[in-house]
Amino acid sequence: MGKTLYQKVWDAHSVGTLSDGRTQLFIGTHLIHEVTSPQAFGMLRDLELEVKYPKRTFATIDHIVPTENQDQPADPLAAEMIDAIRMNCDDFGVTYFDLKSGKQGIVHVVGPEQGITQPGSTIACGDSHTATHGAFGAIAFGIGTTQVRDVLATQTMAMEKLKARRIEVNGTLRPGVYAKDVTLHIIRLLGAKGGIGYAYEYAGSTFDNFTMEERMTVCNMAIEGGARCGYVNPDDTTFEFLKGRPYAPSEEEWDAAVEGWKSFASDPDAEFDDIVKINAEDIEPTVTWGISPDHGIAIGENIPDSADTDDAEEKAVIDEALAYMKIPAGTPIKGIPIDVAFMGSCTNGRLSDFREAAKFLKGRKVASSVKAIAVPGSQITAIQCEKEGIDKIFEEAGFEWRAAGCSMCLAMNPDKLIGDQICASSSNRNFKGRQGSPIGRTVLMSPVMVAAAAVEGKIADARETFDVTDTCAVA
Amino acid sequence: MAIEPITQVSGRAIHVPGADIDTDRIIPARFMKCVTFDGLGEYAFYDVRFDPETGEKTNHPLNDDRFSQASIMLTGINFGCGSSREHAPQSLGKYGFKAIVAESYAEIFFGNSTTLGIPCVIAKKEELDPLKAAVEADPTLEVTIDIENLTVSGGDITIPVTIPDSARHALLSGKYDPIAELLENKEKIEATAASLSYVS
Repeated sequence: MGKTLYQKVWDAHSVGTLSDGRTQLFIGTHLIHEVTSPQAFGMLRDLELEVKYPKRTFATIDHIVPTENQDQPADPLAAEMIDAIRMNCDDFGVTYFDLKSGKQGIVHVVGPEQGITQPGSTIACGDSHTATHGAFGAIAFGIGTTQVRDVLATQTMAMEKLKARRIEVNGTLRPGVYAKDVTLHIIRLLGAKGGIGYAYEYAGSTFDNFTMEERMTVCNMAIEGGARCGYVNPDDTTFEFLKGRPYAPSEEEWDAAVEGWKSFASDPDAEFDDIVKINAEDIEPTVTWGISPDHGIAIGENIPDSADTDDAEEKAVIDEALAYMKIPAGTPIKGIPIDVAFMGSCTNGRLSDFREAAKFLKGRKVASSVKAIAVPGSQITAIQCEKEGIDKIFEEAGFEWRAAGCSMCLAMNPDKLIGDQICASSSNRNFKGRQGSPIGRTVLMSPVMVAAAAVEGKIADARETFDVTDTCAVA
Repeated sequence: MAIEPITQVSGRAIHVPGADIDTDRIIPARFMKCVTFDGLGEYAFYDVRFDPETGEKTNHPLNDDRFSQASIMLTGINFGCGSSREHAPQSLGKYGFKAIVAESYAEIFFGNSTTLGIPCVIAKKEELDPLKAAVEADPTLEVTIDIENLTVSGGDITIPVTIPDSARHALLSGKYDPIAELLENKEKIEATAASLSYVS
């Protein structure tokens, strides 16, 4: 019987079994940021411990970085956090991509960009969207701060092995349908808790044909479906992406590295605990209507009505969500006015996202009622966009072009919704209060759908707003 | 680094209803601007405890004086989903919660809570509902979670609960914070590191 990639990576990184039965798992690559690491360093100091392998931890700042003027933290608390990570990295010898490095950005954009994210590795970070790195055939997952301490001190952590579910998507996405729609569709289908206890293997011809950025978009949101990690088997697309990046293997080491990476891919006869098959042609541009990422519907569908279900729990969920969202049950989602459009985040803040949206925004104007901001995922993404004139296209359309960070995905910096504003957002969570106002409302969608909503001033079907027939590969 | 085993948790309980209660709800992101966990207790469930527009207390159960002494939370399905922030169980612990009984948990939240010594046991909805009703009828009811025998009881109600074996063992043996054991295996860690081409 063959093995899954998950099993192979797990075996290669297994240090031993702990007394409680969990595995002590070696974490080859550890990523840290300013929000979930300071307490971990504090714990290290309290226990008088060192960082075991300082070269295997990489740091950047993203969550609280202001995007209007990166150098000026909005408040003393933000400044204190930025000082803390700089000092901790200095004290313990950890590589830190700071604002002046030209490499700063959202940790899940920076890792792949630098070639730190590699197939067959284990990657942990105090951030649930670490699953993003699974796009490279890594086992990557979010951890808590005490576990950040464990990884710093020992390069290992205690972990329970997951089951494996293969999600196969086959076929060609229709024009105007993107990787974001694939991930929202999967979450809608399997539920926000459907993946609890599983690692997701994303496979099938749709994923084979995806770019790395598209794969990252889908893996990024594995956690929104309850799966702690999601991955795609590494292939030539993966190797091509990594070649020549700063932390990728050198020319001399390259062939051997690729051979090693290939050996981690799931065997053809690997056994899965569950298999789900989806036709790419069945996936529509998808948007959320509620307060959980599994509250998704196709753009042409109506907002659910609790009167249509006899299930008491489902009724309660719909009623709670609609009471918060203040949108009418049973009516089309298309046409709901928006106040804000947000383009960015670790889900959709990469070069191809901005390229694709810019293609359609060129010559168009954001509705006067909409505040629109575009936030590149990293300084490198920003510079590349600026080289290609993408920033100008966004600005001419009426978007504010900002500097790199997490920004309004979770609003720990000054970018926040005000009151009960509705935001068309390319981010990953539509939880109550997620975008910085306790009564703010989020509608998740693909970057091109955000562009369409921005132009129309309301939730729109991008296929009607734009001519999407020449859709190119994009997340 | 010896820590006390946790075999039983007893105290008053409170029912916090809802499915998919996410960690942004448990601790809104703006309160994570901190370099220690110390002050997080007062911000647990902040945005549902206080009306965002008026600042007035809402009718959230945590604002109900009858439950002010509760240290055990009874709640719904997929509790703690979303962000991996340990700030969530830290804030609940500092607010005064010692244990949680829910229909299910998001994995990262479960692991974070266990590491902090906050047992998260799982009960079936139909069995948990009568206990929730009993607690709502009598907020002074003493509820006991027995990790050894995997039951939760209150008054004349006793229900079976589950918890993954590893978490149960970790709590009962006082090894829920695994750092001591992780550190012990220094040679094995170094051998694993040496076997990985991207590390060595």
